[in-house]
Amino acid sequence: MAAPIAIHLEFGGGAELLFGSVKEHHVTLPNQSEPWDMKQLLVWIRGNMLKERPELFVQGDTVRPGILVLINDADWELMGELEYELQDKDNVVFISTLHGG
Amino acid sequence: MAEEVSCLKARLMEKEKEIVALKNKLALEKNSLIDLQEKVTTLPPLKLKAALSNEDIMRYSRQLILPEFGVQGQLNLSQTSVLVVGCGGLGCPLAQYLAAAGIGRVGLLDYDEVELSNLHRQVLHGEDSQGQAKAQSAAHAVRRLNSTVECIPYHLQLSPENALQLIQQYDIVADCSDNVPTRYLVNDACVLSGKPLVSASALRMEGQLTVYNYRGGPCYRCLYPKPPPPEMVTNCSDGGILGVVPGIMGCFQALEVLKIASGQGSSCGQQLLMFDAQDAKFRSIRLRSKQASCAVCGENPTVTHLVDYEKFCGSAATDKCRRLSLLSKDQRVTVQEYKSIVDNTAAHLLLDVRPLVEVDICHLPTSLNIPLSSLEDRKSEHIRVLKERIGRVKEQMSNESQVPVYVICKLGNDSQKAVQVLEKMSGSEVDFVTVKDICGGLMAWAQKIDPSFPQY
Ligand SMILES: [Zn+2]
Repeated sequence: MAAPIAIHLEFGGGAELLFGSVKEHHVTLPNQSEPWDMKQLLVWIRGNMLKERPELFVQGDTVRPGILVLINDADWELMGELEYELQDKDNVVFISTLHGG
Repeated sequence: MAEEVSCLKARLMEKEKEIVALKNKLALEKNSLIDLQEKVTTLPPLKLKAALSNEDIMRYSRQLILPEFGVQGQLNLSQTSVLVVGCGGLGCPLAQYLAAAGIGRVGLLDYDEVELSNLHRQVLHGEDSQGQAKAQSAAHAVRRLNSTVECIPYHLQLSPENALQLIQQYDIVADCSDNVPTRYLVNDACVLSGKPLVSASALRMEGQLTVYNYRGGPCYRCLYPKPPPPEMVTNCSDGGILGVVPGIMGCFQALEVLKIASGQGSSCGQQLLMFDAQDAKFRSIRLRSKQASCAVCGENPTVTHLVDYEKFCGSAATDKCRRLSLLSKDQRVTVQEYKSIVDNTAAHLLLDVRPLVEVDICHLPTSLNIPLSSLEDRKSEHIRVLKERIGRVKEQMSNESQVPVYVICKLGNDSQKAVQVLEKMSGSEVDFVTVKDICGGLMAWAQKIDPSFPQY
């Protein structure tokens, strides 16, 4: 039994527009039998935070192209991407790439 | 008599002086007309500089005494050529600082012309350069600042046909472009010709910067193997931008270019610098390393020559607004047709679906404002107002026909989406309505019907 964990979510680069224009969210993930990983977090965000047009954020079981995911200030590719096991107080950032100039 | 003669002679001398002064001014202006390149040509190599002149020493003295930079740094700069792709909000401050610092050669590329709405952020251009090629205008400003910098303006669109020939001739490339296809094109051309790419972008109140393809680090495709869906890409004319934000990011780009060019090296090779102007926060992110699976810089690359980037990204290589075509002809009216509806005082509802911040800039007097996002989300307070207004129009109508609703936005894209939403709502969530969108939106209204209506 994994205890509930509190994590800090941030959205930027325009991704916050899908979350009521709020950039920072403190969320508590409920306890469940196995540890929380990024894959489950995406499912949780989709079910609990994204009310409208989830396809603008997730595609399949990962984020849509053009969104970079950062875990504790590092590219999630360095952390195991979808398999990364979330820890209490982790900071997860979803940033939409900018193209303007 | 003699007095008159000497008086005339004096005036003659004065006029002659004036002529000389004017001739000098003319020569100077002619001199400053820099050859605008409409196609890519082969450049002669940069002249080798063995030592700094006394003028160089005085001019660059404040950076020469920096131990990190020094005489060798300055000489290295003078031997370096930099291609600036895009002379807009990022490219202007970048080119300015590169020229001021004494870079050897700067190529300034932009296909566009200067417009009034550029001036708040594209600070090398002035009121008098409206209509001029941006590359030319930027080159003028750079030349004025430092005539010893070789400056080559390119008035052309970077394409798979010309990108390699151009980029091969420069030591460092700076991506200051404003659209997704160009970003992939520049990346691939840099990987294929082995050039470091100092890339920045900005939108609204945020900026990002990374140096790609540098000292074994990742390229743009390593990070973004797939382009974003086109409908998720917002440009500066849609999303807005505060001028100083690309200004700050362009200055950061200049810093990294100067560090690479002078020999100090950049630390942004595997790092993403994010700037949040609203919270005045910088954040540095450790990025993934070069990906073995990358399509262009990986172990088995599939991109071995430049491809069709507009096709790859599903969008055009410009930041000009896309024109959607979602509706049939009978679901749309022109601004002229709408004008006659107003003139005939035919009962109808005009619905403006722009965000409130844009409605504050300008709107038509009778319009009801409900932003497209509120319609899509079925915001209850907005739906109530909509129902009420439809009911009022219905009361004015003598017959039993459906209430006509005309939808308007800035350019006629969102209004089409709103028509589709309203058609779904018609007869269920609201009374039966006949919905049409006004082609070209308020900007067409300003251009064709009411020239006193503001354009933005
Ligand atoms: Zn790569």
